[in-house]
Parts: sequence; structure tokens; C-alpha cells
Amino acid sequence: MLKTITKAFATVAIASTSLFAISIPAKAAGGGEHKIEKQNWGFNGPFGTYNRPAMQRGYQVYKEVCSSCHALEHLSFRHLGDKGGPFYDAEFPNPNDNPVVKAFAKDWTVERIDQDSGDPMDDTGIPADKFPDIFPNAIAAAASNGGAVPPDLSIIIPARTGGADYIFALLTGYDSDESHDGVYHNAAFPGGAIKMAPPLFDDLIEYADGTKATSEQMARDVTEFLAWSGDPKMEVRKTVGFATFLFLFIFALLLFMTYKEVWKDVEH
Amino acid sequence: MSGHSTYEPKYAAERWLDKRLPIVRFGVDFMGFPSPRNLNYWYAFGGILTLCLMAQIITGIILAMHYTPDVDLAFDSVQRIRRDVPFGWLLQPMHAVGASMFFLAVYIHMFRGMFYGSYKNPRELLWIIGCLIYLVMMATGFLGYTLPWGQMSFWGATVITGFFGAIPVVGESLQQWLLGGYSIGNPTLQRFFSLHYLLPFIICALVGLHVWAVHHVGQNNPIGIEPKSKSDTLPFHPFYTMKDAFAIAVFLLIFALFVFYLPDALGHADNYQRANPMVTPPHIVPEWYFLPFYAILRAVPDKLMGIMLMFGAIAVLFVLPWLDTAKVRSMRFRPITRWFFIIFLVMGFILGWCGANSPDDIAIPIGEHGMSFKWVSRIATLYYFAYFFPILPIMGWIEKTKPLPDSITKAVLSGDA
Repeated sequence: MLKTITKAFATVAIASTSLFAISIPAKAAGGGEHKIEKQNWGFNGPFGTYNRPAMQRGYQVYKEVCSSCHALEHLSFRHLGDKGGPFYDAEFPNPNDNPVVKAFAKDWTVERIDQDSGDPMDDTGIPADKFPDIFPNAIAAAASNGGAVPPDLSIIIPARTGGADYIFALLTGYDSDESHDGVYHNAAFPGGAIKMAPPLFDDLIEYADGTKATSEQMARDVTEFLAWSGDPKMEVRKTVGFATFLFLFIFALLLFMTYKEVWKDVEH
Repeated sequence: MSGHSTYEPKYAAERWLDKRLPIVRFGVDFMGFPSPRNLNYWYAFGGILTLCLMAQIITGIILAMHYTPDVDLAFDSVQRIRRDVPFGWLLQPMHAVGASMFFLAVYIHMFRGMFYGSYKNPRELLWIIGCLIYLVMMATGFLGYTLPWGQMSFWGATVITGFFGAIPVVGESLQQWLLGGYSIGNPTLQRFFSLHYLLPFIICALVGLHVWAVHHVGQNNPIGIEPKSKSDTLPFHPFYTMKDAFAIAVFLLIFALFVFYLPDALGHADNYQRANPMVTPPHIVPEWYFLPFYAILRAVPDKLMGIMLMFGAIAVLFVLPWLDTAKVRSMRFRPITRWFFIIFLVMGFILGWCGANSPDDIAIPIGEHGMSFKWVSRIATLYYFAYFFPILPIMGWIEKTKPLPDSITKAVLSGDA
């Protein structure tokens, strides 16, 4: 009898969990006609890792294309050289010493207070600085972009249903670069009408590593970079997770044997 | 505690201490608590829940050291915890996933109690204290979900605090008093943080009473008859400490699966967007553990009526011991009511499914227009309340229960327990 009841519990639990699994994303996607194709990302799966060269190219795409409108609110330059980051160098465990990171920080202008006069002044960035805001405030951002505020990109991937697949689909989802009153058609965008002009064209930039910069390649690379930016500790989390699993599995086994040993003289 | 103490101090130091503060005696008697010998794995969730509470408090205390309860800083401080605080990438998802695991375990614990009739005489107070714990847990979970100050935090809090505004006469002033202003703002976030830190300690106190009560009346068991002789019970330690420890390790495997590999699976993408009072998300949905109640709330068109039904769905749990008129505790011996219970469980899941969807979307494509989630949730809500009244009272009177075994030992030895 116990078995029947346990089975009934289990069946209900499994059936309902799968119901949730199906219903929640389907609803959250917004109900439009847009289709998000699943991509075979290297960071998928329990052992997935980020592709370092792709992240590095992706940073270049962000710097040369996206950063004219979109900020990286939660990133500092030093994060680029963190362990697991796109420009990590084992020789410089402190990313503030990493020459590549230092050079990137110098590419940016940050606001500081002049230490002699107290006046605001512009300066070149150092690794400890945060990525600067692109617009002084949301009103200015909306005013320069046809009324739509360009969202922060540092956590854009966790902040969108579909994650990396959605961002890639969005970047490759334009069917023409013609707008109707400043609105473009994009098959991936909920509702299909987006104010962002198609940002990527073949050979828009010249990759430092010589990869051919097709628009799809750039979309893929910048998505890889943004996936890291949204979840920079994913690799360490998965590694520790695997060790934890291994430990818990063996521990559970030992506890089970102990339990059986303790109960061996008790009929139950 | 029930029963006589079996502790005998062996050493002079122990005797010295025992005479002045019998704390070792207390611990030994506590752990040697006679437990029915037929408890199954569903009974491990008490131990699992204790672990959940401890885990939430420990991770929470550390997170509070790094979190900033300010509308302009809260969202960034959570990101900072995940990026820059040592092991913050581990603690933050442990706490967020931990809340879900806590509710998962509490639901199993409650359904177990309902199935085996653990709320019946003399365990009514034990059950009511449990319901209180659940109620305070819900408040804590809700308050905690607002703290990251994402879009769902903000709009979830707007919806829930809006309930109070629907109360006649005093509603509006009550709502303003709770929020600390006309709308949700910095005073709201700060008091929510303060209360989120306070309530777990109230849960601890209630858990103390809950454990005290269970030690006084003894545990129920799958066949629902009281232990009669010494052979019906086993000391809690080592028999159930070991069984529970194994169950906890298995539970931790599931916990770890979510923390390490699916940390966002139980949350909502919108909560990675900073709270914006000017932009309402297309669908405001609470965390999964509130979805059935959310569906009940939206099942009726009238706001006040919906709120009363929603709170009624929780309130009815408190009087369950008096609604179930059956003398037989365990559903194992109640061949018909058992199926009503299983349907009740299924309806709970269906309500959760409805809560996750828009009321006007089509749930079941039958007939010309199909059946909307609103109608599915109306049927499920009706059954939810019907289970407590009149199904349980009536079944208690008319059902012919199966014969109960003479004792736990006999049932165990004949393989029926």
C-alpha cells in the first residue's frame, strides 16, 4: 500500500513539475509570434565554459558598436581581467596589473574630481573604474533614441527570457534596415517592432585576431561576451558544483550504509 | 517532555553539571525520544526543514552584511554580491534557491501531515503552530523577494500591499501605514528589510514550540495508531537521526542541482531588471510557491472577494482538525477519502499552473472557444474549499474505514506498515 501511495505522490509531482516547466517560459515569452532558436553555446550544459577568443572579439564588438548607446552598469574594467574573464592572464592574478586591461581602460573617458581645484574633469580610465554611463540619465537616453531607453547590457542575458538564444536571435532577427517612423521590424523582439536600428553589418569592424567579421559572427561573439558579463562566476560555480555533487553522492551513500547498519537488527 | 529520563551521568564532572544545569540530560532525553518504528521517508522533512531554516539564516546574515536597503543601491548591491564579494556568487543563489527549497519541503511536510491525519487529536495545536510557521514563512518569503529591487520585486510588492487597500474603511490608511507613504518607496524597502531579518527568528521560536509539542504528544505515523508498547517505538537517535541524515543528503543533492546548475530556473527574468515604477511588466507573477494562492485571488472578479478567498484558503488550514470528523487518522484506512485527497493535491498543482498564466489565456482547448485559466482556476478553487467543507466532515461520518492493525509492531511484522 505504501508503494501505491508513494507512486501516486510521485506521479502527481512529476506530472505537475513538467506542467510548470512547459507553461512558465511559454507564457513569459510574451505570446507573440517570434521564434527563438536554440543555439549550441559552449557555455551550455553542466560542464560548459565560455569561449575566450569569442569573448575577446565580443568585447571589441561592444566597444566599437554597442557602446555608442548601451552601458555596462555592473562591470568595471578590472572585471575583464578577472579569473574566468575574457582577458584573464595567469601572470597577473590581480587584474589591475594586467596590461591588456590597463590599455582597455585607457580607451575610455571617465569623470573625476580634480584633486587640486575640486572641479569636475575628464580623465582616462584605470582598471578600478566602472564602465562609464553612456547618457547622463534616462531622459537624455530616451531623447537621443526616439523615446526608447537603450537597456544596460551587463545583465541583459539573465534579464531576458530565452537568455543568450534570445539576444542572438534579436541581433540576427532584422529582415530589412528600413524603418517605419523610427521603428524596425525584428522577428525575435516581442511584438516585432523595435526602435534599435540594425546594429551589425558585414565587415562593420575589423577583428584584431583576423576573424572575418560577418554580422552573424559579431552577433555570436558579442552574445558570448554578454553571457559572461551577466554570469561571470558561471565557470567556478559549475566546477564547485561538480565537486559538491561528487561529495554529496558519496556522503549520501555512506549515510545510507550507516542507516542500514543501524537498523539491521530492527524488523521494519 | 514526556516519559522518564533515562540519563545516568557516568563521570564526576557530568554529575556536577547535572545537579546544577541538566543540559546534558536534556539533550540525551531529547535525542532518545521514542519514535514509532514505522516512520517512512516522508517523515524526514521535519529534519530537512530545520536544515533549510538554518541555511537561510546563515546565508542571510552574511548577505545582510553586503546588501544595502536603499532604492538607489539595493539592485546594484545584489549584483556586487554576485560579482565582487568573496563567495557571494555561492551565497546569493543559495539563499534565493534556499527559499524555494524551504517551501518545497514545507509543502511536502504539510501534505504528509494531511495524508496521515497528523492534525487530529491530540495534535491539533502541533498542526496550528505548523500553520503559523507556514504563514510567517510566506511573509518572510514575500518580504525577501522585494529586497533585490528588481521589476518583479517592485510590482509583486505593489500587488500584495494593494490587498490591504481593498479592506473596507481602514484599507487605504492601513496600506499607507504599511508602505510608509502613498506608494512603494525607500521607507517600504527599509522596513521590509528590517522585517525580513526579524521574522526568521520568530519562525525559530515557533519551531521551538512545534518541536516541544511533537515531543509532548509524540509523532504520528503512517498507520496513525498510537504506540502501545515499547516494541512499537525506537529511540530517535540513532535510528531516525541516521535515516534523516540520509534523506537530508539526498535533498541536498536536489538543492545543489539548482544552486549550481539552474540558479535562475525558479526565478523570473524580469527580476534582473532594475525596479521601474514607470514600466509595468506584461505579466506580474509571484514566486512559484505563491502561485496557487495567486490563482485563487484572480479566480473571482471582485477584488475584496478574491482577497478574502485567498486568505480563507490559508485560514481554513487552521481549522482542519475540526473539519475532519473521522476518528481514523491515516488515509491508508480511508479508501474513498484518500482519492479526494489525491484530487486535492492535483487541484493544488492545477491552481499553481493557473497562477503562472494569464487568466484570459486558453488553458484547455475544448469547445468552441476553449476553457480559460480563469475558469480552470474557478473549478480548482471550488474543489479546494469543497475538500475542507463539506467533503471532509461528510466523509468522516459516512465512510467505512478499513480495519486498523492492533499495534504498530504487528503491522510492521505483517508487512502492512
